[in-house]
Order: sequence, then C-alpha cells, then structure tokens
Amino acid sequence: MFSSRSNKSIELIDGFFNGVDQSLLIFKEGVKNYLHQNTASFANNLQELAKLEAESDLIRRKIEETLYTQSLMPQLRGDIWRLLEELDNLIDLSKKNLFQFDVENPLIPEELVLDFIKLTQLSLSAAEAVIPAAKSYFNQPAAVSEKIHRVYFYEKETDVFADVVRRKIFKEMPALGLSEKFHLRYFTLHIETISDTAEKVADLLTIMAIKRIV
Amino acid sequence: MIFLFLASGLFLGWSLGANDAGNVFGTAVGTGMIKFRKAAIVAGLFVILGATLQGAGATRTLSQLGSVNVLGGAFTVALCAATVVAWMTYKNLPVSTSQAIVGAIIGWCFFTTSPVDYTTLVVIMTSWLTGPVLGAVFAALLYLLMRTYIRKSRVHVIKLDGRIRVGLLVAGAFGAYSLGANNIANVMGVFVNASNYTVQIGNLIIPSEQVLFFAGGLAIAAGILTYSKRVMLTLGKGVLELTPETALVVVLSQALVLFLFSSSALSAFVVRMGLPPIPLVPVSSTQVIVGSLIGIGMVKGVQEIRFKLLGSIFGGWLLTPFFAGGLTFISLYVISNVFEIPVMSRQQAVNAPQDLPVHFHFPAYPMVLWLFLALLVVALFAGGWYFRTAGQGVRSRYPLGQWDGNNGYRPLSGEFLGAEGIPGKAIIKPEPGLSDTNRNAVVKHALHLSDERRFLESMRDSLEQAQREPELQKKNERIQGMLTALHQKMNDSAEIRRFYMELETAIGPLPSKLTAAGSHLTVQEKKLALLLRLGLSSKDIAPLLGISHKSVDIARYRLRKKLDLRKEDNLIQYINTV
Repeated sequence: MFSSRSNKSIELIDGFFNGVDQSLLIFKEGVKNYLHQNTASFANNLQELAKLEAESDLIRRKIEETLYTQSLMPQLRGDIWRLLEELDNLIDLSKKNLFQFDVENPLIPEELVLDFIKLTQLSLSAAEAVIPAAKSYFNQPAAVSEKIHRVYFYEKETDVFADVVRRKIFKEMPALGLSEKFHLRYFTLHIETISDTAEKVADLLTIMAIKRIV
Repeated sequence: MIFLFLASGLFLGWSLGANDAGNVFGTAVGTGMIKFRKAAIVAGLFVILGATLQGAGATRTLSQLGSVNVLGGAFTVALCAATVVAWMTYKNLPVSTSQAIVGAIIGWCFFTTSPVDYTTLVVIMTSWLTGPVLGAVFAALLYLLMRTYIRKSRVHVIKLDGRIRVGLLVAGAFGAYSLGANNIANVMGVFVNASNYTVQIGNLIIPSEQVLFFAGGLAIAAGILTYSKRVMLTLGKGVLELTPETALVVVLSQALVLFLFSSSALSAFVVRMGLPPIPLVPVSSTQVIVGSLIGIGMVKGVQEIRFKLLGSIFGGWLLTPFFAGGLTFISLYVISNVFEIPVMSRQQAVNAPQDLPVHFHFPAYPMVLWLFLALLVVALFAGGWYFRTAGQGVRSRYPLGQWDGNNGYRPLSGEFLGAEGIPGKAIIKPEPGLSDTNRNAVVKHALHLSDERRFLESMRDSLEQAQREPELQKKNERIQGMLTALHQKMNDSAEIRRFYMELETAIGPLPSKLTAAGSHLTVQEKKLALLLRLGLSSKDIAPLLGISHKSVDIARYRLRKKLDLRKEDNLIQYINTV
C-alpha cells in the first residue's frame, strides 16, 4: 500500500518536471515563431503554454498536499515544497513572457532576430540544465553539484549576451526611436529573468543536496 | 505489603521507561516519522516481552554482585537509586540507572557487611566502557553500510523515506525488546533474591522472578505511555537532532549492544564456538548512544570532538555509583534504626544464584579479552579514517565543515550539533549560528567569491596575452576588450540588485516612518539611506552607487532637505533612530 502511494507521488513529481521542461520548449518555439512572424503557430504556443501552466499548478498542489497529508519526508518536505514553487515560477515566467510578446507586440528589427533567438536559447539552456539537477536531488543528491555548474555557466552567458544585445540596441541602431529601444531592452530583461530564476533554483538545490548527502 | 516494597522498583521502572524510550523512538517521533501512539504501543509491548523472556541473564549478574535478600533492603536500594537518578536528571547531570543501582547495591553490601563479588564488579564496570565502545563500532559499521546502500542504490527519496520509516519501527521494536531484556535488571534485579513466592494460574506455576520481570516490564511500559512523549519530542527536535537515516543507525547499534549483553542464548552460542562467554550485564542505553554518535562522527570525519565535555560525561557516570552508594548507606541506617525494618537476612535466599542454570561466574579475563577486541576494532577504524583523510590539509581551511573525499567541502549536518548526554550541550563542538540561512549565505558567498576569482583569472590571462602581443593594434584591441569586460562587470545590474536585496534582508527595509516621511525619495536616495544605515562612509558608498564621492555628498544634502532635517540634526542618527 505504501509502495503504491509512493509510486504515485514519484509519478506526480516526474510529471511536474516534464511539465516544466515542456513549458520551456514551448516558450523557445513561441519566441522563434514570434520572431519569424509565424502568427498561427505563435497563437498555438500561447494556448499550449497556458494549458500547461494550469496543469502544472494542479500537479504541484497535489504533490504538496500529498507531502503534508501523508506526512512524507518530514525533514525534507519544506525544502521540496520550495523547490517545486521555484520550478513552478519558471513555467509562470515562460507564460508571462510569451504573453507579453503577444500583448505588447514589440517591434524587433531584422538584424536583432538572431540575437534574440540566441539570447532565448542561452537563457533557456540555464533553465533546462536545472531540471536534471533537480531530478537527481531525489535519487542521487551527490550528483547535483556535477549538474548544477551548467546552470551557472549559462546564466552568466545570458547576462553577458543580454548586455551585448542592449549595447547594440542603444549604440548601433540610431534608426530606432528611444521608446522602441526601451521596449526592446525590457524584452531582453524578460528573457533574462528565466535564467535568473534558474540560478535561484540552482542555489536552492545546492543547499538541499548538501543537507541530503548522507 | 510486598507491593508497597516493590513500589520503589516500579517507580524506577517508570522513570526508566519515561526517559529511555526516547533513546529508542525519540528521533522517529520527534521528526514526525512515526506517530507517538504507535511508537508507545510498540515500545511498551516489546519492553514487556524483552523483560519477561530475556531479562534473567543480566539480573543474575546483578544479583551476584550483592545478594540483597530482604524486601526492606531491596526497597531501600531501589529507592535510593531512583532518587539519585531523579536528582541528577533534575540537575541536568549525565546519569545512568545501571550505575546508580550498582552503587546502591555496593552501599547495601557495605552497610550489611555482606561480601561484594569484586570479579562481578570488574565485569560490570568494564561493560560501562565496552558498551559505548561496541556502540561506536556497530554504529560506524552500520553507518558505512547505510551510506553505501543509499549511494549505490540511488533509491528515490520518497521510497527511501518509506523504507526508513519501516526500518525505524522495526529497529525501535528491537531496541525496546533489548532495553527491556537488559535494563529490567536495574529495575527488578534487587528484588529477585528478596522475593520467594509463586503465582499459580490453572496448572501453570509462575516463579516470582518471572512475575517481577513482568511487573517491571509493565512499569517501564507505563513510563513510556504516560510520560515519554515530552522526552521523545525534546530528543527528536532539540537535543538529539538526527536525520532519520542516522537515527536508524543509532537505534540499531544501541539495540544490538543491549541485546548482546542480555542474551543467554547468544552467550552460550559464543561459548560453543570456543570463544569466551559474553557477560550478561545491564548497560546504559544512553552511554551506548553516546558511543554510537561518536562512531558515526568518526566515519563522517567530524574532528572537533569535545573531549572536555566527554570527560565530564564520563565523570558524571562515575560519580553516580558513589552518590547512590552513599545515599543507600545512610538510608539503610535510618530505615533499620528509626523504622526498625530489617534490611538484610543471614539466611540464603531461595532463588540463590548458584541454583540457576546459566553460568554467571565470569572470570575477569574474558571481559578484558572482549574489551581488547572492541578497542582493536576501534583502533583499526581510527587508523583507517586517519589514513583516508591524511594529506587533506585543505580541511583546516574550512572550519565550518568537513572535507568529503568525493564531494569536496560540505558543511556539517545538524546531527552532532546537539548530541546525547547532557541536555543543551553537545558532544561534538557545535557550529555557532550555522542555520540553514547562514549556510545558504556562506554557500552564496563562496559561489560569489569563486565567480570573482574566475573573472580576475580571465583578466590576468588577457593581460598576459596582451603583454606578449607583438602588434600594437592587436594589443590595443585586447586592452579594449578587457576594458569592455570591466565596464560590463561594474555595471552588472543583476549583481547590484542582488546586493540591495541582500542588504535589505540583512538590515531590514527602511523604517516605515522614513519611507512615509520621504515618500518622494528617489530609488537612488532610498539606496543611499540603506547604505547609510549600514554605517558606510561617502567614500565607501560612491562605488556602490556608481557615482563620485562628491555626488554622494550632494545626494546626502538632498536627502536631508527631503527629510526636513535641521542644520543641527545628524542624518545617520536620524535614519537609524526613526
């Protein structure tokens, strides 16, 4: 009986991780579709992401409820709860950012398209690297540190590249108006927040792994 | 009348149950892994079973020490032992029921001029050392096994939680059984020679010894059910803060040691193997737990064992028999002279020890041999541990934690921060303020330092390359690139943001009065106020705000104006006092 209950909880946690991973992929596709002006696909990405976010919220609540109602891992559940919340933030941010593209419809000049794609990829690489690290916390905490360094690397790369893009926007594109420059700067910041959140998760995981290593 | 005399023994049993059940189920209950109700029922049942089925071995050794053969004497001995235990517990001194009862029996022997079996005394006293040493050995071995299992099996944390839960329940039941089997001697041992009756239920005739063990078991179980909850919760959450994995190891090693010292069958088996018999003596579960914690500490590489505190614990354990013996001597004088209750009989008790089937005349050498073997294993462990960690001089540079050969530096886990023995004191040096928040801060700081170092290293490499560059244009390009990187680094908004967030966490947000008074303050002025609250000078603040020293002074002037400060008012004092 306990085994079936724990298997169910494990399935839920794995499902949640898959949800996070999928949301990041959809976000990446969504940004690309927006930049390449594939409107229909972009609208489809928006819908998918909204649905995924709602589903992931449900799964997260179910996991948290299970942890507390079944008194699972009394010493670790607080940390796990925080981890799930932070990972959920990644999905929320992905959705929020993609919707901002839809609502604010920023004008992205042709010469910045590739830069924005690269920035998105770098930022999402940091977020994607955090998922295997989070998974290994549950069954191989000693391996967390091996996986987490990628997150820090990509986060740093994102910061540097975002700065390069912003510099390009403000210094090398005189044709753009100041308001457009500001607008574009905000979108670089939006994309950066994903890697910043991934870094936060990585910090949390580092501490959690230290506490779990026997 | 007999029940009146037995009351002191039953009281001793009750207090033993109330206190020592925490050693068995404390962590499991305190951390919420097992509900108290379930733990108390299992512990109560298994204590009674252990006491009734396997309590004879250790009891015979105690009877051999000094044959208290009158109920009045047994009552006084048990009462004095219980009083000393209660008093020392009240005074927060480390105490063991085993030591108290031994001291009380010797006190009785001295008062009645009965002979003390010094061979048995040596055996018992040696066990006070062997118990913790064996506890350390078992705990170290079990911990290594557990660690290997967890690391190799890669079992999911939820499944591991389930297995540890079951393990804690089984180990707790085994521990309770062993506790009953071993410690019933402390509770009822002195009454065995003083009681001579049988209870008949149908055709079944139960000797007084079994009845006493059953009654003592019931008293211990009553102590567990009625008063151990508080102790368990205190041990689980405060004094003995162990992880469930380590708790399982500690409980198992304690159960094994207590079982070893109380199993006649195991002792007989060892003799059949051609080895010296295992002495059946009551040992203190608390002492064994202290030994187990030290064993785990040695495996984990905790170096700063507080030998001074350990010394005080051992000192306390040695003082207990003296206190108990002295009190018994005086009490027996009062009981026999004031109340005129006989405290000894010159006739041999019916349950004379020599009629008993189990061999109990332990010559000293087997005991010494066992002790020697245990010490040899410990020495091997210590040697192995030393050689494993030798050469890792880096450890001394990390005073807050330990160096793990595989995973690098990691801070100490909480389990040794408050260990067994004396409530509120630790056997392993505590790490002051090493809370989760502090640890988080330390790790973040370390990561930040490593980032900074990497950046500096990259700058150094670039400078060296620029120095070696023969072409002037390329040299200039390299220097330009470095300047850009430096500008980026200095304008890293994420880093500055993080700094202000940390600053606000550390010294708290600006007081509401200040923010209300200066609701028109700009972000820069609010930052300035925070930095002034930190006590920094204008010179220190300038690089943090990214402005010149002079601009900071101008900003301070504007801030004073916005806060409506008079000429004689001190800005920093105002910011710190509002």
